[in-house]
Amino acid sequence: MKKKIVSTMLCAAMITTMLAGCGGSDNGGSAPAADNGGATQEAAPAGDSADGGEAAAPAAGGGSVYWLNFKPESDEVLQEVAKDYNAKTGVEVKVVTAASGTYSQTLLSEMDKSAPPTLFIIGNQAGVKDWKDYALDLNGTAIANELNTDAYNLYDETGKLVSIGYCYECYGIIVNPDLIEKAGHTMDEIKNFDGLKAVAEDIHSRAGELGFDAFSSSDMDDSSSWRFTGHMANLEYYYEQEGTPWTDTPATISGKYMDNFKNLYDLCINNSLTDPKELATGGHDAENEFKTGKAAFFVNGSWEYEAVKNEVPNATMIPYYCGVAGEEKAGLNCGTENCWAINSKASAEDQQATMDFMVWCVTDPDASRKLVDTFGVMPYKSAAESTNGFLAAADKYTADGCYVMNWATNFQPNVDSYRATLVSALNQYNADQSDANWEIVRTAFVDGWANEYNATH
Amino acid sequence: MKSKKITATNSLQKATKRWGFLFMGPVLIAFVIGFVWPFIQGIWLSMCQFRLISDAKFIGFDNYVKTFQDASFRHAFWYTAMFAVVSLVIINVLAFIVAYILTLEIKGSNLYRTVFFMPNLIGGIVLGYIWSMIFDGILGRYQTSILLESKYGFWGLIILMCWQQIGYMMIIYVAGLQNVPGDILEAARIDGATSMQTLFKVTIPNVMSSFTICIFLSLTNGFKLFDQNLALTGGQPFVIQPGGTTIKTTEMLALNIYNTFYSSNTTSQGVAQAKAVIFFILVAGLGLLQLSYTRKREVQQ
Repeated sequence: MKKKIVSTMLCAAMITTMLAGCGGSDNGGSAPAADNGGATQEAAPAGDSADGGEAAAPAAGGGSVYWLNFKPESDEVLQEVAKDYNAKTGVEVKVVTAASGTYSQTLLSEMDKSAPPTLFIIGNQAGVKDWKDYALDLNGTAIANELNTDAYNLYDETGKLVSIGYCYECYGIIVNPDLIEKAGHTMDEIKNFDGLKAVAEDIHSRAGELGFDAFSSSDMDDSSSWRFTGHMANLEYYYEQEGTPWTDTPATISGKYMDNFKNLYDLCINNSLTDPKELATGGHDAENEFKTGKAAFFVNGSWEYEAVKNEVPNATMIPYYCGVAGEEKAGLNCGTENCWAINSKASAEDQQATMDFMVWCVTDPDASRKLVDTFGVMPYKSAAESTNGFLAAADKYTADGCYVMNWATNFQPNVDSYRATLVSALNQYNADQSDANWEIVRTAFVDGWANEYNATH
Repeated sequence: MKSKKITATNSLQKATKRWGFLFMGPVLIAFVIGFVWPFIQGIWLSMCQFRLISDAKFIGFDNYVKTFQDASFRHAFWYTAMFAVVSLVIINVLAFIVAYILTLEIKGSNLYRTVFFMPNLIGGIVLGYIWSMIFDGILGRYQTSILLESKYGFWGLIILMCWQQIGYMMIIYVAGLQNVPGDILEAARIDGATSMQTLFKVTIPNVMSSFTICIFLSLTNGFKLFDQNLALTGGQPFVIQPGGTTIKTTEMLALNIYNTFYSSNTTSQGVAQAKAVIFFILVAGLGLLQLSYTRKREVQQ
């Protein structure tokens, strides 16, 4: 009898364990955003071992190219372009892509190998600081002469051209104009923060009747939080520069425009499909919410154009309106972290081969077409034309005399740690939007900057 | 005839002695390459400032000084110690109870053993993400999240570790329990011992060696825990102090070392290395201490 009871209990325990498993997948049913990140991570590092042998067989020209790429989403195209170049010239081009979010770790270990990357990415001032000794001076080189703007290049303090932009991007608020009109508004109403606020709050208040909401979810998990801690934060840094762009990471920031950041951030989380209290763990696919017409606004960047252009053909992008005086003249946030650097420790033949490859990438019609379609736009004289609607919007703002908001966010010191701290503070604020909790966000944003600066300088 | 056989054995022994190294060799080489050499290099690097390990610069004990000044490291140490102790107790008590029940000759106990063992086959990082969904599915109903309260993070990790480890420890206890000689148990029964007395006076002393190994494993597992920690909370929530420094409240030692190593501080790699050396001494020391302590309580039959 006793045994029977015991075995019943065991059964119950076992079933509970199993049900816990099922329940988990139910609860996590809204997780595809997080899954996406995982999938790219899994797929990405494959190139390493597969291509390991190739570097040992240099082609006729003597040198070979080894490109350490940092964007998993462009890996496929780069492999294709590398193959084309090899077929055309016989020069070996090996492209290895670091798994999502692990570029700096991968670079650190790859540079230490006997066949280090000849072409790698130095995307911001922090990267310049860490890697300038390993980068060839690109001033006056063949690739530099192909550029049509100097805006996306990175120099060190001695004026050495450490890395050179090969594409640029812009970010802001992606809008579905059709939904705005469906709600009885026009795009012309949105020329500043007050206009944006009025439209967004009106849509949110009538979400049930309209069948869509204003903002898509602003999740705080790793696959999404950078849209706020990296991108939206830029509006604070941008205005804080007061017209003279930073050239190096400032030791401290004042947080003068924190209230403007709060304006837009609050608007975004409080007029959205998702209760702010549920943002901490994520799992709401914001891109999908926008694509399927469930939300009219989507905070993201020009790289999203390919993903949304079929479902939302009229999608356009507006600046971060946040209540700063004169913001009617604001444009989009344009900049890049995609900057090529040539390894100064590589052999002269490899450096030459790498340079030839880069020039070919930006001048060959087929190759630059493929690359532009992936990257959006390449700032080179003979590169293919861009077909990206959001970058076209950025151009239009510039043509209308609006100011471009540069990527001051690239100066964030010890960026991963700084942003992680900010995420933690925003999580607390999302759960309870009190003034005390906003003070914690301000501390993380402003004092955190100084703290991370001190840790790294 | 007899003498010949002895010589044969002798020459075999001789040959074994002479050529043994050939067979030992590969393992030894692998051990040196994969463990001894990196370990020595690690100790050397802990006294260097470096970004790439090929150009490290010797700076003496600065890294160790910085390590002991680091508030986040101290926090991680106490947090890890607390976690290790709590998880050790819970895991071993529950594992022993389950093992004891499953050796009572219940129908289908093999099935139960398999089912309870299975969680152990899932990798830590996957488990962390799965459990974070489970916890948030539940906590979400109360408008909170595992990332918002350090105590949720702590107990969440305990639950996760129990779920994963109890089955494994259970197998070791089952093996121990089955090795308790039947005649001793029979003697106890004839002498009129109650089942409780039999358990505490006969069975447990006889499975002390299982306790030794299980406590050792769960103690070192608790200290070395990394993937589950990274995937479940990643150190969140942070306490942001005035001045902007942060304490990651659910960050354990291994994750602290990892985060230190990959922060873009010019000296952080060396500091992380120093932390790792301290970490090794700590785990090895505690493990050995615990082994010698529980060994004394083992009963030889």
